[in-house]
Amino acid sequence: MYTYTESPPCPVEAEGLTVTYGKITALDGLSLRIEAGTVVGLLGPNGAGKTTLVKVLSTLLRPTRGTARIMGHDVVRDPLPVRLAIGLAGQYAAVDQELTGRENLEMVGRLYRLPRAEARRRAAEVLERLSLTDAADRRVAGYSGGMRRRLDLAASLTGRPPVLLLDEPTTGLDPRSRQELWAIVDELRDAGTTVLLTTQYLEEADRLAQRIVVVDAGTVIAEGTPSALKAGIGTDILRVRLPGPAGLPAAAELLTDLAATGTEVVTDRVTGELTVRVSRPDASVEALRRLDRQGVDVTAVQLTQPSLDDVFLSLTGRTAVLEEAR
Amino acid sequence: MTTGVTTRGGRQRLTPAAVLHDSRVLAARQLRKTLRRPTYIVFSFIQPVIFVLLFRYIFGGAIDTGATSYVNFLMPGIIVQTAIFGALVTGLGLTEDLGSGVVDRLRSLPMARSAVLLGRTAADLVMNVFTLTVMIAVGLLVGFRPTEPAWRLGAAFLLVLAFSYVFSWISAWIGLTVRNPETAQSAGFIWVFPLTFASSAFVPVETMPGPVRTFAEHNPVTLVVDTVRGLTIGAPDPAGPAVQAVAWLGALLLVFVPIAVRAFRRA
Repeated sequence: MYTYTESPPCPVEAEGLTVTYGKITALDGLSLRIEAGTVVGLLGPNGAGKTTLVKVLSTLLRPTRGTARIMGHDVVRDPLPVRLAIGLAGQYAAVDQELTGRENLEMVGRLYRLPRAEARRRAAEVLERLSLTDAADRRVAGYSGGMRRRLDLAASLTGRPPVLLLDEPTTGLDPRSRQELWAIVDELRDAGTTVLLTTQYLEEADRLAQRIVVVDAGTVIAEGTPSALKAGIGTDILRVRLPGPAGLPAAAELLTDLAATGTEVVTDRVTGELTVRVSRPDASVEALRRLDRQGVDVTAVQLTQPSLDDVFLSLTGRTAVLEEAR
Repeated sequence: MTTGVTTRGGRQRLTPAAVLHDSRVLAARQLRKTLRRPTYIVFSFIQPVIFVLLFRYIFGGAIDTGATSYVNFLMPGIIVQTAIFGALVTGLGLTEDLGSGVVDRLRSLPMARSAVLLGRTAADLVMNVFTLTVMIAVGLLVGFRPTEPAWRLGAAFLLVLAFSYVFSWISAWIGLTVRNPETAQSAGFIWVFPLTFASSAFVPVETMPGPVRTFAEHNPVTLVVDTVRGLTIGAPDPAGPAVQAVAWLGALLLVFVPIAVRAFRRA
C-alpha cells in the first residue's frame, strides 16, 4: 500500500541524531534537511562526525537517539527502501581486486536482483559514464587509485539511486582525478540526483555544493550557501607583496588602521608578504595610495574574498586540523 | 522495481527466494575470486598432502593401531582435520572484506544481509570439496584402502562436509568478533590444534592419560572421525558415534549461526 503525500518526500532529513560509542559522542543531536536535486557539502575536520552521519543515513549504524529518513523512509524501522534509494561511496574503494571492473559492477547489479541482461547493461552504462570502458575487462588490482574511486562511485550508481552519499570521495586523490570526480558530481546533480558529500577540503565544498553544512564535535555549527558563509565573516583579505622583507615594518605601520576591528597586520619575512583583513570596500586602492606616497616599492596587491578556511577558523577558532588535511 | 520484496507489518522485507539468490551471487563472487589466485589454490592443496605424507611415513611406523594399518587409521582423521582447516579461511576472508569496506558496501545495498555469510560459507564448502577430493586421491596413492560399500563412503564424505560447514560458521564468528586479519589468523588456529590432536584423529585415544582421554572421547572431532572410520574401513561400529556426531553438529550450528549473524550486524 502506498500513500501519496502532497509534496514529494524529502530526500534526506535527520532530526536530533545522536550516536555514542561508550563515552565518546560521535554525533550530538545533529539535524539536517537536504532539498531534492541539490548538492550539500558536509564540511568538518577529522572526528567531527561526518562519517558517522553517513553510516547512520546508509543504515550501517543505528543512532543512539534521534531519527533519520531517506525519501520518507525511516532508516531504522524500514531500512530496505532506504537501501534502494541510496548509493554509497565511502572513503575506501570498496571493490574486489581480483575481479574486473565490469564483474564488480555486474555483481552489484545482481544484488539489486536485476535480471542478468539488465545488470550487464547497467554495468556497461556506468562504466561508460565514468570513462572506465577501456579498463572494464581488466582486473581492479591493476587500476590506479583514481580509477578505483571512480569504479567505487560507479558501483554506487548502479542502482540509479535518487540519493547519493559520498564520504570524502576525493581524499587521497591526485588533483586531476579530483577534478574528474567533481565533474561527475556536477553531472549527477544536473540529472537531478540529491548528493550529500562530506569533505575536509573547503575548496571542494565551495566548488561542488549549493549549500554547506559545517559540523564540529557531532553537531551543525553553521550552514548556508558558500557565499553567505563567507559574507558572514564580513572581511576581505588584502595581500601586499614587496620586493623583499626590508620594507615590511614600514608598510605594516602604514596599513595598521586599515585592519578590521580585532585583527592585525600579519607580515611574512620569508615571502615579503603582508596580509590584512579589511572591511572597507576601497581598502586596496587606499593601501596602494599610502604606500606609493611614502615611496614603498610594491610588487603585487591582491584583494580576495575569505576562503572557507577562514570561515572555519572564525567559527571554531581552530584551523590546524584542516591544514593537516591539506 | 525490485523483485523479492514483500511487505509485512508495514515494513518491506526480502523473500526467502531473494535471500537464496543473493547468497548464490555472493558465493559465485567468492569462488571466482579464489580461482583468480592459482598460487593460493596450489598451496591450499599442498598443505594437507604434506600432512598425509608426514604422518604416513614419519609417525606411522611408531604408532600402534593394532589390526588396522596406520594409513587406514590415519586417513579418516586427517580428512576431518583438513575439513576443519579448510573452514578456517571463512573468518579470515570476512575480516578482509570488513577491512576493505566491501562489507559496508554490501550492507548498504537492498540485498539480504545474511547472504554475505551464507554465500561465503557456501563458497568455502565448495572449495573444501576440491581439497578433500585431492587428499583422498593422495591417500589412495599411499595405501589407503576403504573396505565399505559406496553408499557408506558417500555418507562419510557428506558428514565431513557438514562438519566443515559447521566450522566455517565458528570461524566466521571468530573473524567477525576479532575483526583484524592477523588476530583472526592466530585466534582462528590456536583452538583447532588441541581439538584435533586431543582426538582419535592421529592416535588411538586409549593411549592418552585420564583427563585428556575423557576430553578426547567426548570431543566432536573424535566422534566424527570414528564415524568416518566405521563408514570407510568398517571399524569401529559407526552407529554410536554417528548419532552423537550429528547431535554435536546440530548443536554447534544452533549456537554459532545466530551469534555469527549477530556479530555481523554489529561489525
